[in-house]
This record gives sequence, C-alpha cells and structure tokens, in this order.
Amino acid sequence: MTTPHRVGIGRPAAAGAVLVALLAQPSTAGAMHISEGILPPQWAGLWFLIAIPFLAWGLRDLRVLSAKEPFYKPMVGLIGAAVFVISCMPIPVPTAGTCSHPCGTGLAAILLGAPLTVVITSIALLLQALFLAHGGLTTLGADIVSMGVVGGFTGWGVFRLARKAGVPALGAAFLGGMLSDWATYATTTLELSSALHASGGFLPMFAAIAASFVPTQLPLGIFEGVITAGVYRFIATRRPSLLECLGVEPPTCPIPKPAAHSA
Amino acid sequence: MKNITLTVLAVLVLALGYTYFLSKRASEWKGVDESVVEKFAEEAGRPPRAPFINTDQGDLLLFFFLAAGACGGFLAGYYFRELFPPKTTDTK
Repeated sequence: MTTPHRVGIGRPAAAGAVLVALLAQPSTAGAMHISEGILPPQWAGLWFLIAIPFLAWGLRDLRVLSAKEPFYKPMVGLIGAAVFVISCMPIPVPTAGTCSHPCGTGLAAILLGAPLTVVITSIALLLQALFLAHGGLTTLGADIVSMGVVGGFTGWGVFRLARKAGVPALGAAFLGGMLSDWATYATTTLELSSALHASGGFLPMFAAIAASFVPTQLPLGIFEGVITAGVYRFIATRRPSLLECLGVEPPTCPIPKPAAHSA
Repeated sequence: MKNITLTVLAVLVLALGYTYFLSKRASEWKGVDESVVEKFAEEAGRPPRAPFINTDQGDLLLFFFLAAGACGGFLAGYYFRELFPPKTTDTK
C-alpha cells in the first residue's frame, strides 16, 4: 500500500510544481474582478446588501461546524489558501489571446458547502483588493456575489443534482467546477450590464459583454472542471473518509476521523 | 521513480511547447478585466479609478504577488500536511 501512495503523491506534486511555475506569470491581469470605481454607488451598495446575508450565513456555518468537527478549520484554511492563489493567477488562453483566471469556488463549494465558500471568497477578494490592485473595495460586494455566492451555490447545486441523477462523482465534480466558473462570469456580465447600460438597453449590452467573455471563459471553464475533478479524485483516492466526514459522500461505515485529529 | 521522471519530462516538453506557442502568437495577453470589463466600462463613461492602496507601481505589485503566492502556498502546504499526513508518519 505504501508504494502506490508515494507514487500517487509524487506525480501531481511534480507536475503541479512545473505547471504552477509556468502559469504563474507576473501580471496585473485579472478577470471577473470588477475594478475600483466602475460601478455607480447605488449599484455597488446593492451588491453589498445582497452579499451580506450570505456572508453572515457562512460565518455562522464556520462557527457551528468548526465546533462540531475540528478538521473543518484546517480544511477551510487549505481551501481558502487555494482559492486565494487560484483566483489571482492569470492563465493565458491561446484560443483567445487573452488571460483570465479560474475561481476555485466550485471546488470549495463541493467540499465545504456554498455558505463557507462565500466567507473564503470574501477574504480572498478583500486581500486582493487591498494589496494586489485586483478588484476594488467599492466593487467588493459585486465581486463577492458573482464569485462567492453565485459561483459557490452553482458549484454546490450542480454537484449535488448530478450525484442525485446518478452521475459518477468525477463527472459531477467536473460539471460543478465548469458551470461554477461560467456562472461567475455570467453574473459579472449581469452586474456590468445592469449598471452600465444606457440608452442602448440592458439586453444588447448583456449579449455584447457575454460574447466578449466566451472565447476566454469557455476553455477556461472546462479547465476549471478538469482541475476540480482532479482534486476530487485525489482526495477520494488518498483519504476518502474526509469526503464522508464533510458530507460530500454518504458514509459507508463508521467514519474514521482524519489521523491528525484522531490522536 | 521512473514513472515520476517520465511524467516530469512529459510535462516539461508540453510546457515548453505551450510557451513556444504563446511566444509566437501575436497577442497582447491582456486580462479579460482589461479587454472586456474595463473596455465596456470606459465606453459607458465609468472608467476604473486607481485602487485606494495603489500597489501597481514599478516592481511593487510583483513583490505583493510573490508575497501573496508564497503566503498562500505556505498556508496551503501547512494545512495539506495536517489533513493528508505522509504515510511514513503513520507507520512509525
């Protein structure tokens, strides 16, 4: 059992290191983040109002679940760090000649649930707005809604529905990751077109922005689906009990706690 | 060990090919925030303004991106080991 385990860790680690080194090009490019000052104050305020209840729900979940299951905190830390890094990593898309980034919120929502994903996303977006010139403080509410709320709930909902429909776990994770990404950008499109459309009308502007996102986000969403399924497979192979503890998969036997906390 | 070496070599070859392809393509590689979000915002008369804490000055932004990547990587690795401890630790 030991040898396959070591090989299983070595391959993704080595491949991941090379890929990260290649893809993490220093750049100021962002993607779904709406920059500072773009949204008029009333629209920026509205998106904050929409985001706040979900954030409160997530904070409540974090407190309750952390008290019940101690491994939630390291899991939230791990996924939070991953979402932070993933969502500020511009990836060149050769088919479009542009850069954009995955969101990671589909994966986070599948593993931790949608409300906790909103908390993780809010922290990541706040740090990016403060220190990385990525997004903005006035547009933070809109960015939280698109990436955390809509992205998170879409990823979680699609995964759950697909599993109930009998789709294998990896296929469901792929769909969750991919559709979460696309839903995030669709929401960004909605936020922009609802605030910025003038005499031209809402629908033409929505269609124009959506059409501009498609060449970049279509392949990138598929990439995000593949990454989500890959991470899911890794956890399912390496520590399947974790998925049962998180309630992602039904328990097959009395659930053993992760080794780090069972001692 | 052989499998790992082959995997790393395959990834390196793919990565070099990808990098070559990118360098040959006549594109500006703008982020979609610039090529889509800011473009439409400017057309609508709402151009972005400078961030409240503007780190986009010289190499300052590069420093913050690297620091963020390092901190994020450290945290992810720390919690990863806690959730997925190496097998050797269990057998000792």
